[in-house]
Amino acid sequence: MDNLLLMLAPLFSSKLLLVLFFGTLFGLILGVLPGLGPTTGGALILPFTMTLDPLSAIVLLTSIYCAGTYGGAITAVLINTPGTPAAAATCLDGYPLAQKGEAGRALGMATVSSTVGGIFSVVILVFFAPILAQLAYEFGQPEYFALAIFGLTMLASIGEGSPIKNLIAGAFGILISTVGKDFMTSIDRFTFGINELTEGIGFIPVVVGLFAMSEMLTQSTLINQVFNRIALKAIKLPSKDDYKKTWKTILRSSGIGSFIGVLPAEGGTVASLIGYSEAKRFSKNPEEFGKGSIEGIAGAEAANNAATGGAMVPTLALGIPGSATTAVILTGLIIHGVRPGPDLFREQPDFLYGIFGAMLIANILFFIFGFFGAKIFARITLVPNKILWPMIFAVSVCGTYSLNQSIIDVWIMLFFGVLGFFMRRYGFSVVPVIIGLILGELVEGTLRQSLVIFDGNWLMFFTRPIALTFFILSLIALAFPLIRSRKIKKNND
Amino acid sequence: MKNVQKQKRANKSLPFFFRDEFRVSLVIILISVALLITTFTFDIVPPILNRGIQPATFPKALLVLIIVMTLLIYYLATKNPWKVEKKLPRSFFLTLSSFVIFVVVSKTLDFFLAISALSIFVSYCWGEKRLFYLLLVGIIFPIIVFIFFETILGLRFPLGIITNIYYS
Repeated sequence: MDNLLLMLAPLFSSKLLLVLFFGTLFGLILGVLPGLGPTTGGALILPFTMTLDPLSAIVLLTSIYCAGTYGGAITAVLINTPGTPAAAATCLDGYPLAQKGEAGRALGMATVSSTVGGIFSVVILVFFAPILAQLAYEFGQPEYFALAIFGLTMLASIGEGSPIKNLIAGAFGILISTVGKDFMTSIDRFTFGINELTEGIGFIPVVVGLFAMSEMLTQSTLINQVFNRIALKAIKLPSKDDYKKTWKTILRSSGIGSFIGVLPAEGGTVASLIGYSEAKRFSKNPEEFGKGSIEGIAGAEAANNAATGGAMVPTLALGIPGSATTAVILTGLIIHGVRPGPDLFREQPDFLYGIFGAMLIANILFFIFGFFGAKIFARITLVPNKILWPMIFAVSVCGTYSLNQSIIDVWIMLFFGVLGFFMRRYGFSVVPVIIGLILGELVEGTLRQSLVIFDGNWLMFFTRPIALTFFILSLIALAFPLIRSRKIKKNND
Repeated sequence: MKNVQKQKRANKSLPFFFRDEFRVSLVIILISVALLITTFTFDIVPPILNRGIQPATFPKALLVLIIVMTLLIYYLATKNPWKVEKKLPRSFFLTLSSFVIFVVVSKTLDFFLAISALSIFVSYCWGEKRLFYLLLVGIIFPIIVFIFFETILGLRFPLGIITNIYYS
């Protein structure tokens, strides 16, 4: 009961309500704009959150996360371009349905299924995050090391890219975290005599560079791209018949999305693809998929929004990001001095339940904004890139500079922008770099402390049941993409 | 599907040193080896102070792992070549060069002048020829951003020819 009251706290704070309102609105705008999305947007707004108290800052980031994930559907349905990667599966049926003159129906289903998926996942978050945090009390340094390794090996299975490339990117992220003074011995590593590097490379220049600047370079290669926009008259709430057809799909995808979200490093993109394919598998009319199936939209959208709450579970309970955007949220927690983990649940329940409540309200808010304002949000896609991206550059540069008032940070951001562009061009995802950077200190710290405990005996790791379980799960995570590709190959043959 | 196969065939017909997979792998390995050599210059902690492993051990292990995995992706690419990427357009190189211009101008003249110059340059290179919009992205918007950061966030920007006028 107390926790329920704590969850409702944002409703009684005008400041938090204002933050939620702004965050949801901003998240929707970001989600609608192809190339931006909640991850890049969250990274852009991260420096500004320093002017807010920790709860308001995280509420702002989580509301951007929830609304941005939904916002991607608007662009997916109307211009056949996912506003966010998580909306890629929505294009498959959303756009064909819009072409048939039913854009309002498609967006109505996307709005309802996103809201249901989002709320479902918040319920999962409220129940499971404290349980996971309670389990984490059993964890010592070796268990945390094994858990971080499990989180990193999960990178192998994210997205459609090569698992080995993802692992290289993750290892590179950890390597970046070793730049600066060694935290145990204060010995300089990879500083090359540059004083500014002794404190290490900050999260924000890397995050803004890899997401925003690399995207700016990507957009520079697409300036002649023409979108075929479909006009939207008004959003229509699903009919009784549509509800009858889709309620099972929405619930199933909500469950799938929440589960995928809980897995470290996975997120909305993987969730929506699985949600979509499961919707097709269980459908009575699988032949309609890809031609404007309402179940396809429901399956993809419920799953990607359900992943938002799911991804917050390991982020808050263990400090292991559940997705790319939660990696940015985790960065926000760290720069505000909040340490995620079991102690957070014991010491600051008001903070945590405030976040849960804010996510719940954000899901309701984006339903209202989406339902009444989708037509206006759709017009945002008309802002030309030649105007939009120079403005994003100005904000990125000032935001990055603002954190430490260091021009070196701006140059690091530009460097990572160029690096991120080439990484993406050659099939290396940039998300593992961020996750590696965040987990790097945890991996190295827990490894070295464990070795002190074990007196340098590596084999002792395997005598700890929880650590051993995580190592076995890591092996499964590494083997999974191999099994998947063999299965696909077999099916193709 | 046919296009991908065509692209793969095109990539296979190139000499190995022109192929993306070779060049990318080579760059990663060269950088990793250079960094690996650097790790041998890290200070060594005397045994009495050393807890667990030396500070250089962890980065060394990571770099070796990156090299091994890069060799593995190259080996796999010899069996299944990467698709040939499209040539980068002129607008990309102009945007990239604007980053260099930004660094030079911000270092020598003024931080804000650099933002304005880049915004106008990028917008123009991407096809914006209307003066009002160029002024919007190059002058009006940076001024709004400047005022926002300066007054609301209380940030002090690095001194330069324009910011000097404002601050004095």
